[in-house]
Amino acid sequence: MAVSFEVSEKGYYGKFGGAYIPEMLYPNVEELRQSYLQIMADPDFQADFEDLLKNYVGRPTPLYFAKRLSESVGAKVYLKREDLNHTGAHKVNNTIGQILLAKRLGKHKIIAETGAGQHGVATATVCALMGMECIVYMGEIDMERQKPNVERMRILGAEVVPATSGSKTLKDATNEAMRHWIQHPTDTHYIIGSVVGPHPYPDMVAKFQSVISEEIRKQLLEQEGRENPDYVIACVGGGSNAAGAFYHFMDEPEVQLVATEAGGLGVDSGKTAATTSIGTEGVLHGSKTILMQTEDGQIVEPYSISAGLDYPGIGPLHAHLFDSKRGTFLSITDDEAMEAGVKLSKLEGIIPAVESAHAFAALEKMEFKADDVVVVNLSGRGDKDLATYIKYGKY
Amino acid sequence: MNRINQLFEEKDSNLLNVYFTAGYPNTADTRTVLESLDASGADLIEIGIPFSDPVADGPVIQRSNEKALAQGMSLKLLFEQLDGMREKVKAPVILMGYVNPVIQFGIEEFCKECQRVGVDGIIVPDLPLQAYLDDYKATFDDYGIRNVFLISPQTSEERIRLIDEKTDGFIYMVSDAGTTGARKGISEAQLTYFERIQDMKLKNPRLIGFGISDHDSFSTACNYANGAIIGSAFVNSLSEAEDIPTAITNFVSRVKNG
Ligand SMILES: Cc1ncc(COP(=O)(O)O)c(C=O)c1O
Repeated sequence: MAVSFEVSEKGYYGKFGGAYIPEMLYPNVEELRQSYLQIMADPDFQADFEDLLKNYVGRPTPLYFAKRLSESVGAKVYLKREDLNHTGAHKVNNTIGQILLAKRLGKHKIIAETGAGQHGVATATVCALMGMECIVYMGEIDMERQKPNVERMRILGAEVVPATSGSKTLKDATNEAMRHWIQHPTDTHYIIGSVVGPHPYPDMVAKFQSVISEEIRKQLLEQEGRENPDYVIACVGGGSNAAGAFYHFMDEPEVQLVATEAGGLGVDSGKTAATTSIGTEGVLHGSKTILMQTEDGQIVEPYSISAGLDYPGIGPLHAHLFDSKRGTFLSITDDEAMEAGVKLSKLEGIIPAVESAHAFAALEKMEFKADDVVVVNLSGRGDKDLATYIKYGKY
Repeated sequence: MNRINQLFEEKDSNLLNVYFTAGYPNTADTRTVLESLDASGADLIEIGIPFSDPVADGPVIQRSNEKALAQGMSLKLLFEQLDGMREKVKAPVILMGYVNPVIQFGIEEFCKECQRVGVDGIIVPDLPLQAYLDDYKATFDDYGIRNVFLISPQTSEERIRLIDEKTDGFIYMVSDAGTTGARKGISEAQLTYFERIQDMKLKNPRLIGFGISDHDSFSTACNYANGAIIGSAFVNSLSEAEDIPTAITNFVSRVKNG
């Protein structure tokens, strides 16, 4: 039987997924589970979603043939320009979808977690747009590392609350957001920023992000006369931009799906976020997936130069893509990513987010044929990472 | 007979269940705290398995988890510490922990160890009912380990009935929408919820927990259930204790007698 990449009735992708949540969250998550597909299928909802994506976010984003990069790589390389979205990354596709859903559920307060601040900014943005109250949890250490995004959120009217527990980074911000949701179960919707969390979040977020691959297919047909590329490459933190870029190709076996994880200083260095390289099966933030953990089941603090990939797990869909070997997972070190980011800047005039630079580094590690069509998901722009580029210095 | 069932058969009111984190304040304190609680008259004892990401817990228990882990506490070490506890400890002992450390230990191995050292039940807040029934219950039953489920003010009547049907031990009533930790008193809304559940005439006994911190809140909760659970307030008192056994005797006596 063919392997399925569609989520099951109970919320599983193969053996990964589920909804491992405290009973206190059951009513919230169950309400979402029972209504999300119906709401998303409603023509009025779709019309609102498409309208905002077009007129507010600026979609469709271009699929750009990168001529000079192609020559350097020796294949036909296309960039899916998610960096051109309003707020500068793919994150907004999801927050637009979820805020419309929250409105239909009658919620008027929004909470979110954020690492680098990109999802926090995308959430604060849609809350401003809809006039909703917004609280964003952010690790105390990340607030220090990503000051401009903290202020962006505040300008947009959000309250940014430091997560001071545990390691004071993304996973702890997620814990705090969940605790907040436990304490405010009726009027609040939690906008999770990636394809992680309890079912139905991974599926819901993947579906909102699937607009990426929907557009790729149409644009590729126009430009190459074929819907399917040979490769789609995307970086994976939790995995939302990759899920969106892979979505419509998962059941097309001739399309190779390549996910790049943050190797940090190297997978054996103890300073890494390359989950599939060193992780094992476990449960975190509501789903069974692959995690970086100790033998005793304690979650290990990840490390990456890019705050957006600095997460100790991956979404259950990606765990399944990895486990079933449908996806190829590569680990990219900090230096490889920075080098690829600088190369893209010089060759194409595009400074990518350091997260996205991890996807471009894969081009240097893989072998292609000259007529291979390769789509790289350029998940975000590098403006937020100037300090990181400056510190790296080799440009 | 399982000690939990036996306890409720012998005593059905004013039961005091006290929670503490394993390996806190210091790694070697687990047995001292456990034995002192038993000797001081705690009716049930809940031992927290420290976890790096305790989403259902408030700041006090979070910090106790962090400290215990930093000092090297682990589930494996906990079972070593509990080895032979039944020579002294009479009260039912329940482990409370998150599902990931249990999965890593191995479900069967975990149940085996519980049975070996004399643990009677387990509370796993992030193991939902359906996943438990599908994948865990058979093993837990084989080793006579009771799984205790939580309900909250938001839990629907239908679901409470289902949990009651699938439970044999007691039901853990979370006192309001929140994580563990002290609250200021018990509100009218909470009392209405307590009464609503009382009127459901469930087959299982009920203990009320989260935010119960002193004699007043304990007595109030006991008016609406078979007893109550104190966690954060006790963990707090441990962090300040000079002599653990004395501090525990005083704490239990204050909660029970005012
Ligand atoms: C530009 C960009 N790409 C990728 C990511 C990683 O998230 P995900 O793996 O969910 O796409 C982030 C997260 O902050 C980001 O800002």
